Amino acid sequence: MEMLLPYLKAFAVGGAFCALGQVFIDYTKLTPARILVAYVVAGVVLGGLGIYQPIIDFAGAGATVPLTGFGALLAKGTREALGEKGLLGALTGGFTASAAGIAAAIFFGLIAALLFRSGDKS
Amino acid sequence: MTKKASPNTKSWRNIPLAFLIGGLICTLGQGLTEFYRSQGLPKDEASTWASVSLVFLSALLTGMKVYDNIAKYGGAGTLVPITGFANAVVSPAMEFKSEGFVLGLGAKMFVIAGPVIVYGITAAVIYGLILFFMGAF
Repeated sequence: MEMLLPYLKAFAVGGAFCALGQVFIDYTKLTPARILVAYVVAGVVLGGLGIYQPIIDFAGAGATVPLTGFGALLAKGTREALGEKGLLGALTGGFTASAAGIAAAIFFGLIAALLFRSGDKS
Repeated sequence: MTKKASPNTKSWRNIPLAFLIGGLICTLGQGLTEFYRSQGLPKDEASTWASVSLVFLSALLTGMKVYDNIAKYGGAGTLVPITGFANAVVSPAMEFKSEGFVLGLGAKMFVIAGPVIVYGITAAVIYGLILFFMGAF
């Protein structure tokens, strides 16, 4: 049971972030693109205020996998880079911390787009 | 009236489904993180590798047109996780490949990812400036 606990927490918290997103889709006029932008910016704010890290400590991937986690990572990278490089860190930190995720999305995205055809919708 | 009522009647299904599918994607992320940790990686790197793996899986499943079928049921459950971000990159890249590799695939890839990066990085820079000036005074 003890071994399952991190998975249950990840499921519950990650699920809650997604359910909230669905509430926005169903009850507001927010489009999916706006929700993604809002989640990332909310993650930066919550991460910057120090509210998000406790959620990550509790839920692990349940907090890092939703896009709010991506935002919190941007804030964390900025804070760390600021400590190392001063003001320049305010510019380098966000991209440095998110580089792996963004580069992976671009690289795998390009490969997938080259290998597969979209078709059938037209 | 009907406009207001129609989404509400769907929500009793949409919201639990988003919870379930989004929750499962995060659970998979947790499994990946623990796998990478068991390979001796520190917490942060294991978490980054898990994200990269999810991005890879999402790109593959989007290419195979599996992800969009899951998204029909998952709604925000397939949008909010990082797999949704990857899907938002791959999907327009595939669709607009026919318009060329530069202004089609290369540009349209960022139709949704672009704004996410623009506002995410801007928020991070503002946060950095606030921290810097708070420390300076």
